[in-house]
Amino acid sequence: MTTVIADGWTMTRRNMTHVIRAPEELILYFSLPIMFVLVFGYVFGSGMQVSGGGNYREFLLPGVFVMTMLYGLGATATGVALDLSRGVVDRFRSMPMARSALMTGRSAADLLRALLEMSTLLICGLLVGWQWRQGVGKALLAVGLLLLLRIAITWVGIYLALLVRNPETVGVIVFPAAFPFTAISNVFVSPELMPSVIGTISEWNPLSATVAAIRELFGNPGLGGDSWPAEHAMLLAVLWPALLIATFAPLAVRRYHRLSR
Amino acid sequence: MTTFEVVAEGLGKRYGPTRALDTFDLTVPAGTVHGLLGPNGAGKTTAVRILTTLLRFDTGKATVAGYDVLRRPDEVRARIGLTGQYAAVDEILSGRQNLELFGRLFRLGRREARRRAGELLERFGLDEAASRSAGEYSGGMRRRLDLAASLIRTPRVLFLDEPTTGLDPRSRNQVWDLVRGLVADGTTVLLTTQYLEEADQLADRISVIDAGRVVAEGSPDQLKAMTGGDRIEVVVRDAVELDHAARLVAVICGAEPELDPEIRRLSVPVVDRVAGLVDVVRALDDAGIAVEDIGLRRATLDEAFLHLTGHRPDEAREPVAAGRKADVA
Repeated sequence: MTTVIADGWTMTRRNMTHVIRAPEELILYFSLPIMFVLVFGYVFGSGMQVSGGGNYREFLLPGVFVMTMLYGLGATATGVALDLSRGVVDRFRSMPMARSALMTGRSAADLLRALLEMSTLLICGLLVGWQWRQGVGKALLAVGLLLLLRIAITWVGIYLALLVRNPETVGVIVFPAAFPFTAISNVFVSPELMPSVIGTISEWNPLSATVAAIRELFGNPGLGGDSWPAEHAMLLAVLWPALLIATFAPLAVRRYHRLSR
Repeated sequence: MTTFEVVAEGLGKRYGPTRALDTFDLTVPAGTVHGLLGPNGAGKTTAVRILTTLLRFDTGKATVAGYDVLRRPDEVRARIGLTGQYAAVDEILSGRQNLELFGRLFRLGRREARRRAGELLERFGLDEAASRSAGEYSGGMRRRLDLAASLIRTPRVLFLDEPTTGLDPRSRNQVWDLVRGLVADGTTVLLTTQYLEEADQLADRISVIDAGRVVAEGSPDQLKAMTGGDRIEVVVRDAVELDHAARLVAVICGAEPELDPEIRRLSVPVVDRVAGLVDVVRALDDAGIAVEDIGLRRATLDEAFLHLTGHRPDEAREPVAAGRKADVA
């Protein structure tokens, strides 16, 4: 057990060293949400309506936080795929270390990275006029929900990398795979204002659950209508990530064991 | 009593209809270098991946450093080093960070991992590049770093999977010297290569692999002898005398020489090398045949390989199998 933790920590440190030694990747992943804040907040935002009224930028920021967590998928999957394709994983597997460390180390490092991203984004948010209105306790709870989502996305990413293996392919498919989840959700537009079918899909989107829940916790505008998912956003914001972890973690572990086939 | 550090008995591994390994046998005595020689797709890498616990096999039995590969993989892993075809180092981390990382994962304390990393960097001539990203290293430097990473806890058995593929001759010689140094310190080495010269230079014994099977095994000299051993070659000055010379040589050597009239050359296998050469020189001289060139030519491992497998080692035998190998690697 101690070796599981020690090796997991060693691998976490390895992945964090990557962030320090190659910060350009982090900057790349940062630039996207900041761009969205600028484009949607200031260009399209003037023409955007918030269901129930309220400032659009304040409505938008929680969505951008969630989107940033989602795009972590690219970093996770590309990192794991690179290790697989360059033979680094083979070296790890030929060493007397805990087998789980590769995944637990990745997961822990992704979490630390997400913390770093969240702190930066919160500051950016404050700069453009966003704020939390319900006290520090609920704000921290909201950050907790965001990190829970990030853990779920890490496991999806690890599974994706083990499935595809080729880092270039992973890089190509991540964005088209992730983008619809942000487009057909409550990130940019309230689902009540969408055509009915798309609105329903948006409301049931796992991302929407987290977005709605943290809007509520931060006290930002855009609280959803009276549909079931909108009224149980907090519950779904816990259930959806839990379901994703319960599905993709075992799948990833199984794929990992299949490397020796 | 000889201890065997690597024993494989009847290993078999298939991918669908392709037999990557087919009743593969191998014994490597402690302190020796054993070469696995064969074309791409012959099964060399599959054998190494099985013996290093990376790949499960379908049939047979394997022990490495005295432990069953299937039942006690962690005991095996604690005693082996692996340097693969692809330099398996972290390209973002520096050379030093790589070695410290692997040291920590080999259960060295922080200070000990740091000390060992410094020691290996110096020994492998990488101390000046220690803080540069491994991704910026040249091919030779990366291979040396990879080798250093395999040696963090001086392994009992070192697996080298095509350690010099893609390296320039100077880097290749460096790697060879490093391997010789390790063997002198008592490490057992299993080496795969498609370069005959590499096997000839490093290996005490060689298994020639083709289509997943060992088709021949022996010392480099024994394998060369399988082609018929050494030959005497004579080039006569005047083409019309070639047949006369051939008759004389046939009597002395007891075998019919091969003739190449275009370059006025005859070539014949010889058993007693020096005496045979002396007798041939004397007989040709007595008969008054003018000789332009005469000499002993040692058989090459290249010829042995061609003789054993029917094709040259650098020709991939099965492109399908080679693709599969790349896939599992």
